[in-house]
Amino acid sequence: MTQIVHHVPERLLVAYAAGTLPQAFSLVVAAHVSMCDECRAALEAHQAVGGALLEDEPLINLSGDMKADLMARLDDAVPDEPVYRRDGPFPAPVVAAMKGRGPRWTKLGGGVKQSILSADATGSVRLLSIPGGQAVPDHTHGGLELTLVLQGAFADETGRFGAGDLEVANDDLEHKPIAEPGPDCICLAATDAPLRFRALVPRLLQPLFRI
Amino acid sequence: MWMLAVRDNRDRVAFGRLFDHFAPRLKAVVLRSGSGDGQAEEIVQEVMLTVWRKAAQFDPERAQVSSWIYQIARNRQIDVLRKENRPVPEELGYEAEAEPDASRVVAVEQESGKLRAALGALTPEQRMVIEKAYFGEMTHQDIRDDTGLPLGTIKSRIRLGLERLRHELKGLRDE
Ligand SMILES: [Zn+2]
Repeated sequence: MTQIVHHVPERLLVAYAAGTLPQAFSLVVAAHVSMCDECRAALEAHQAVGGALLEDEPLINLSGDMKADLMARLDDAVPDEPVYRRDGPFPAPVVAAMKGRGPRWTKLGGGVKQSILSADATGSVRLLSIPGGQAVPDHTHGGLELTLVLQGAFADETGRFGAGDLEVANDDLEHKPIAEPGPDCICLAATDAPLRFRALVPRLLQPLFRI
Repeated sequence: MWMLAVRDNRDRVAFGRLFDHFAPRLKAVVLRSGSGDGQAEEIVQEVMLTVWRKAAQFDPERAQVSSWIYQIARNRQIDVLRKENRPVPEELGYEAEAEPDASRVVAVEQESGKLRAALGALTPEQRMVIEKAYFGEMTHQDIRDDTGLPLGTIKSRIRLGLERLRHELKGLRDE
């Protein structure tokens, strides 16, 4: 794998460990950590902080029967949880989000495709596929957007992003990412606000496409 | 070491000891997030049950039991409160050593002792902010604003831990 240069900012790693990140962003962080030993080590270092804080917590009394209840449950049948593995460019957590079924692409025009993995009030996360050499539709952000490259590469005003690289865009960034010539650039993109594409789809149609 | 006895021998007495040590502390953490007493105990039970079931994934060369249980607790609490499964990173495809390298285990222990000392040296205000961040009380605005965490003196300890873990992971990949 090529060298990853754009990593998860520290505050997002802490929020991920603590469970405060919205689901859409958590998926992107889990996917990046799956691809990046640097951030896996950083995450484990933050878990060590969490563990040290846990050790210092006060002791709260438990109900008298709680321990016995639990000991009696140790032999319960373990519920069957599907185990997902990396599939081509998709790391395990992304495969899990698709329930192992692969992306269901819908066309956005100009060869650009998307597959929405989840969308709710706290944000949305989707896969985007952009043909090599093609510009990603011009858009501005209404919030925080995380874009993780799974395959291929794109470049914009802020730099080049190859497989494993994570771009963190805030409200004020208006950028024009262009996919590098070569294989389709596949990204996992999460946002906490609806994206406002300016050129490709009239604003009125956006609720329809959920972009 | 209790956790290894649980992992390797499915030792119930050792598991009982782990429970006695961690369950009251876990309950304190869960109560912080506004769960009632009943729900808090339910979550703590789920956490400890997960510790029993996923014991095979515990690797003392990489983490202290408390770090490992911390992450399980955060995951379980979110699963219960949001009624959805948190996305988790891909497991590294390797088996933890049956006989952990004692010097590495000691390194992990020493490091976490120093980390606790550094945490103990924080001012009460710093300490409060750190606890809020790691126990899930950060607001969405805190997360979005790039103001950085006031990690202060524990920053260098995190960095040292990161160095060691980076090394460990590289070792795993090269094996
Ligand atoms: Zn990284």
